Amino acid sequence: MAPKSLKLCRALCCNFPLSRFSISKSSHILQLRSYADVPQSASVEPFPVPAPEISPAKINDRNDGNTGRTSVSSSLNEVELAKFSAIAETWWDSEGPFKPLHALNPTRLSFIRSTLCRHFRKDPYCARPFEGLKIVDVGCGGGILSEPLARMGASVTGIDAVEKNIKIAQLHAELDSVTSSINYCCTTAEKLVEEQRKFDAVIALEVIEHVADPAEFCKSLAALTVTDGATVISTVNRSMRSYATAIIAAEYLLHWLPKGTHQWSSFLAPEELVLILERASISVQEIAGFVYNPLTGKWALSDDISVNFIAFGSKNGQ
Amino acid sequence: MNRAIVRKVVTIVHTLKFPKKAFTNDAAAGVSSADSVQFNNEEHKLGMTTNMDEYDVAIVGGGMVGMALACALSNMPLTKHLNIAIIDSNPALGRRDCIKKDDLPDARVSTVTPATISFFKDVGAWEYVQQHRHAYFDKMQVWDYTGLGYTTYNARDVGKEILGCVVENKVLHSSLLSCLEQNAEFQKTIYPSRLSSMTLESRSPSTETGFSPSATTLHNCGCLAKLDLSDGKSLYAKLVVGADGGKSRVRELAGIKTTGWSYPQNAVICTVEHDVENKCAWQRFLPSGPIALLPVGDKYSNIVWTMKPKESSEHKSMNADDFVKAVNKALDYGYGPHPQSSFVGNYGDRFSWFPAAMTPSANEHFEVPPKAVKVASERMAFPLSLMHANDYASNRVVLIGDAAHTVHPLAGQGVNLGFGDAFSLSKVISDGIAVGSDIGEVSLLKKYEAERKPANIMMTAILDGFQKAYSLDLGPLNILRAAAFHGAQYIAPVKRNIIAYASGEQKWPLFS
Repeated sequence: MAPKSLKLCRALCCNFPLSRFSISKSSHILQLRSYADVPQSASVEPFPVPAPEISPAKINDRNDGNTGRTSVSSSLNEVELAKFSAIAETWWDSEGPFKPLHALNPTRLSFIRSTLCRHFRKDPYCARPFEGLKIVDVGCGGGILSEPLARMGASVTGIDAVEKNIKIAQLHAELDSVTSSINYCCTTAEKLVEEQRKFDAVIALEVIEHVADPAEFCKSLAALTVTDGATVISTVNRSMRSYATAIIAAEYLLHWLPKGTHQWSSFLAPEELVLILERASISVQEIAGFVYNPLTGKWALSDDISVNFIAFGSKNGQ
Repeated sequence: MNRAIVRKVVTIVHTLKFPKKAFTNDAAAGVSSADSVQFNNEEHKLGMTTNMDEYDVAIVGGGMVGMALACALSNMPLTKHLNIAIIDSNPALGRRDCIKKDDLPDARVSTVTPATISFFKDVGAWEYVQQHRHAYFDKMQVWDYTGLGYTTYNARDVGKEILGCVVENKVLHSSLLSCLEQNAEFQKTIYPSRLSSMTLESRSPSTETGFSPSATTLHNCGCLAKLDLSDGKSLYAKLVVGADGGKSRVRELAGIKTTGWSYPQNAVICTVEHDVENKCAWQRFLPSGPIALLPVGDKYSNIVWTMKPKESSEHKSMNADDFVKAVNKALDYGYGPHPQSSFVGNYGDRFSWFPAAMTPSANEHFEVPPKAVKVASERMAFPLSLMHANDYASNRVVLIGDAAHTVHPLAGQGVNLGFGDAFSLSKVISDGIAVGSDIGEVSLLKKYEAERKPANIMMTAILDGFQKAYSLDLGPLNILRAAAFHGAQYIAPVKRNIIAYASGEQKWPLFS
């Protein structure tokens, strides 16, 4: 998968017609899925998280013309925040509202494991390959990603802007001695940058589509990463398929997500993500997609990045 | 002699154990309980973690299937660091036994399929099996009392060299034990005790108890299962594996319901001796049940004779010579005539234009099995039943082997299904650890269930179908069965499918 994704990546970086990219044609070959394909639910996890995290910082830092948008999105996110807090207790109920996320989690982790093991030259057959690595999980929610990372040996810091999520995450992590070492904070990426924290790997899954200014967010993530460290971002593509799948199917037809969870206009196309990461001195090395098989109910990694995708990049030396 | 003493010790211990369990008369297990307890204390000190008896996996039941799981876990790179507890009150587990070469074969034997043999080779246990008595066989003949048809199977039909291997249960068990013990780095602790109760959803005493989550706010909050043993000890485990046989205590404590019924049959098993060597497996379906003659090696064979409970107690208690006569009669002219050997000439003309239609064994003539000369072990009788657990997995608990399913012995599949479960579960645990999952979580264990349950149910159903088909003596049904024999004998794809399915190489009987 690696060489193919690299080629994909180079293609994305080189050709910039944002409306059309040849990748989508080849990915159509892999498509057998109809609109019933609903990977979007993965975004449930931190959806109101970064918006309050970013927008207050933005308003404080820059008084540019974005205020109109941020004020709209922050008021929207207050509503989402409240909705989200209400179901916060169900984070760890694998049959509850977060069920699709629990189903997707092992697939995300297998991508993270393989890319990070290769990048940091760790033994992939070791049971705790991340021993000695400091990882931050931005927008950790209830800790669904942080706990497996801790079990794989990493020193994990989980941050989230929703206080209730952090509480739930802490409570659940206390149950196992391995995960009780996770450091949870109710804070934002910008605050960590101000504290000049550095991590070997920065992981922000399903966060960037809720952020007011993705470019600034990527700069914050890059600032948190050490040189030659890893950054992993996952989000939803902005394509017709993703509109049909993630918005129409997930929110209106199948009710996997509350209506209005996502705004299609805030989705990022892979080449846009790569571009803003390049500008933040992170060179993307691998991109993969998540596809959902409605017959088996299982997620899988694939080359199809037309709906959900995850990108792994490394921080350039400065 | 030693064996008499051991048998007494063993029978006392085994009032607690179930007939289907392996390792009943191990002649070499002249181990006093004091020795084993002391051994366990040493082991316990070596395997003791700092966290007060906290284990990753607790395998309840140290029989063949439980030990196979332990071996498989010890062998995989991702799972070999796990800390394992094995709970079994069998004293022989504490000591690697020495099975002498000139011991008479035990009556408890199992036929291992090629798929199981390759699993054993993967974990490195097969080399230990080869050091003891074991008998490969490459031919099998199946017929019934009506004499209307027969089928011979040959490994060469599917291009293999063996159809299976017959090994005594104690040899399988000690091979797995040896394989486990030669891996010195693997942390395992044997608790010579029985499980008396189990609490799920408990928390390790070593973690901080600052928080007290209410049950409504956190789902699946239990991180460890607490096991209380009959000798008063307790231990904690992330995952409890029930490998404790058909009357599984783990299954009972976990509240997993089962479906099933008992067969109106008992199985009488015994070892007999021949004058000549036997290299073929024979099975004849009689009106009250099949009789199977399996080669064990060194001119010995094992008899598995299924019959009505009343008859089984008669056969068990009759004197040895009468029993030998009864066996020979059952395998020869008793209850009905011999089938006619295949008229190759007639069929050969029709099929000669289609070479693939004929298998090598289609030309085999009917043979009469070798006569038994004398009985070489005591006779045992066991009731037969079908049982299938409705779920294989629940929170922190998973079932493998007979604890999850029992089947009719007519195709020698029971323990092979169990080994398949053990190896499948070990792979699922390994995959779970690769992505940092909590190994006791239901969603992970359900993956194991989704892989094994359909295959197990299919096999159970097929065996049940056979049992029912052969239990009625009705003219039309007899003709149908004869047609089935002929079909399997002459239609090569059917025969190949049957062999491949029964050897475990093929997951489904058809369309695979």
